[in-house]
Amino acid sequence: MGLNIIVCLKLVPDPEGPADSFTVDQASRRVVVHGLPPVANPYDENALEAAIRIKEAAGDGEVKITLLSMGRSLSKAVMLKALATGADEYVTVEGEQLEAQELDSYTTATLLASVIRGLDYDLVLTGRQAADTNSGQVGLGIAGLLGIPAVTVAQKVEVSGGMVRVERVLPDGFETVEAPLPALVTVSHEIGDLRYPALAAIKAAKQLPQKSLSLSDINGELASTGLVERMGLAAPSRERACVMVGADTGEEAGRALAERLHADRVL
Amino acid sequence: MADEKVFVLAELDEGGGLSKLTLELMGLGARLASETGGELDAVLLGEDVGASAAELATLGASLVSAADHPSLGKYNPDPYLEVLVRLLEPQDAFTLLAGHTPMGQDLAPRLAFALEAGLVTDCVAVEPGQQAGGPVFVKPVFGGNALASNVIKTPRRLATVRARVGSAPESAASGGEFVALEAPTAEPPIRSLGRTTEDRGVKLEDCRVVVAGGRGMGGAEGFGALEELAGLLGGAVGASRPPCDSGWIPASAQVGITGTIVAPDIYFAVAISGSSQHLSGMSESGKIIAINQDPEAYIFKVSDYGAVGDWKQVLPALTEALKHHIS
Ligand SMILES: Cc1cc2nc3c(=O)[nH]c(=O)nc-3n(C[C@H](O)[C@H](O)[C@H](O)COP(=O)(O)OP(=O)(O)OC[C@H]3O[C@@H](n4cnc5c(N)ncnc54)[C@H](O)[C@@H]3O)c2cc1C
Repeated sequence: MGLNIIVCLKLVPDPEGPADSFTVDQASRRVVVHGLPPVANPYDENALEAAIRIKEAAGDGEVKITLLSMGRSLSKAVMLKALATGADEYVTVEGEQLEAQELDSYTTATLLASVIRGLDYDLVLTGRQAADTNSGQVGLGIAGLLGIPAVTVAQKVEVSGGMVRVERVLPDGFETVEAPLPALVTVSHEIGDLRYPALAAIKAAKQLPQKSLSLSDINGELASTGLVERMGLAAPSRERACVMVGADTGEEAGRALAERLHADRVL
Repeated sequence: MADEKVFVLAELDEGGGLSKLTLELMGLGARLASETGGELDAVLLGEDVGASAAELATLGASLVSAADHPSLGKYNPDPYLEVLVRLLEPQDAFTLLAGHTPMGQDLAPRLAFALEAGLVTDCVAVEPGQQAGGPVFVKPVFGGNALASNVIKTPRRLATVRARVGSAPESAASGGEFVALEAPTAEPPIRSLGRTTEDRGVKLEDCRVVVAGGRGMGGAEGFGALEELAGLLGGAVGASRPPCDSGWIPASAQVGITGTIVAPDIYFAVAISGSSQHLSGMSESGKIIAINQDPEAYIFKVSDYGAVGDWKQVLPALTEALKHHIS
């Protein structure tokens, strides 16, 4: 095996779920999620897609992709599906204390970095941020703790000659940068969606190596409650009283809207 | 937390002057500093930044620390980190505010881990918090479906803050001092091979009118119709994420939690359903006007005006009727 890639994959409640599936519990200061299945964090899926493309470009047997997930209790179905897209093995860390909403970015990065230290790695890929915390710190934190260069918001990742070459998304285009391996790259959605696995591949994925760890295996100590503490949680107040213009046809609706906006001096 | 310093990490805009967000951070920083009784300092890294450093001194900074060096001309994380760590390492307790900009998002987490400082990213409010024992940092979580208030328990606190959270200081002050920071010395591991950029024209976040289209526009052609309305109103065209992903419009048009955050006087949401990730980037707009064929679409719940119908019919009629009023 030439190149070892680790992809950090967080499981989150489906972020595309309707607004009313997320409610706020004031007492526990937690978001309560109703009836939404866990999914792989979309940006982490983008990271996995980036890894698979590197593997395809390198040819057979040259690249090994290890998936790494941590959480209180991880969905087997989501993990198998991710494995089946083109990864080679799965490492998981599970435990009662690993409830995502209870861990801050510092704690999460510290625990993941200590797992990664025990693995072979040339390239670590994460999503640019998690869809639940919206924090965007863990990837950079892991790199900082491992002491390796980190490049963020990638739309393209290529590896050759001991270097990783990355196109970083900028507001008005992109920048191409190069860093020596080992390195960490956080990936953005511009890279494209994760491919779907074939059904047969999902079955076959059950045979791939899976290693489950607990906190004690990685000498992980939960630094009490981390560096950042949530004091309160509120639902956003976004709703407004909407004036609906009534009309039978679209054209009439358009004209009625114009008249109303004019009458109300909006336009 | 008495006498704690507040630092603002300044940023320049494309024109080379201080960014609007930097001015807002100076205002916000002054508020926090008056609460703690500490001083407000500004930090600026770049090349030929003398004039902007001088301007910072008139915006309420007691001390402006500037690193002026060719290697800092374009943002590269490791040299920037080296300079900032050297400045901040000797400081035991402080609050540092950076913009939630591409640079802030890339740099603040590195700095936080280097200094073992707590960081809250993407703040939509920062309140001086005497009781909480430090400022309270409010940020959206779960794609904007909830707002979390956080305190940072380490004595060194970092935050990245969105546009329009603070307001620029009203009166000019003077008397700030300057200190030149040492240039970075380490060879950066990350090397830039060049940038591929295109002129964005008007910046979405600066427009008073934004006409945005969503997945329901169905293709690039639909955006022509939005362009016409935007042109009439002197505004710019924005989008939800799917049109950008599909290449109907450049990615720079994306409005939302992972795109541009806007708050124009008037925001048109055409064929946009109203996902929380999108709303998180535009719900502070003055008037929100929705056009959607689905009367149950959530976007109507968060809008001031709504018209139900296919945009192909509604939009041309709307634009045509508005022409009479506007010209
Ligand atoms: C981590 C993460 C970050 C994200 N960040 C962002 C972000 O920054 N910005 C963002 O926008 N999204 C973001 N998204 C995506 C977001 O979740 C939604 O998928 C997206 O906003 C939906 O876009 P839409 O409303 O255009 O499409 P849809 O939800 O598909 O809605 C299309 C709407 O068009 C209407 N429609 C269809 N045809 C017509 C017609 N002919 N005439 C009139 N109406 C019509 C439909 O009724 C529907 O309401 C993010 C998602 C994730 C997971």
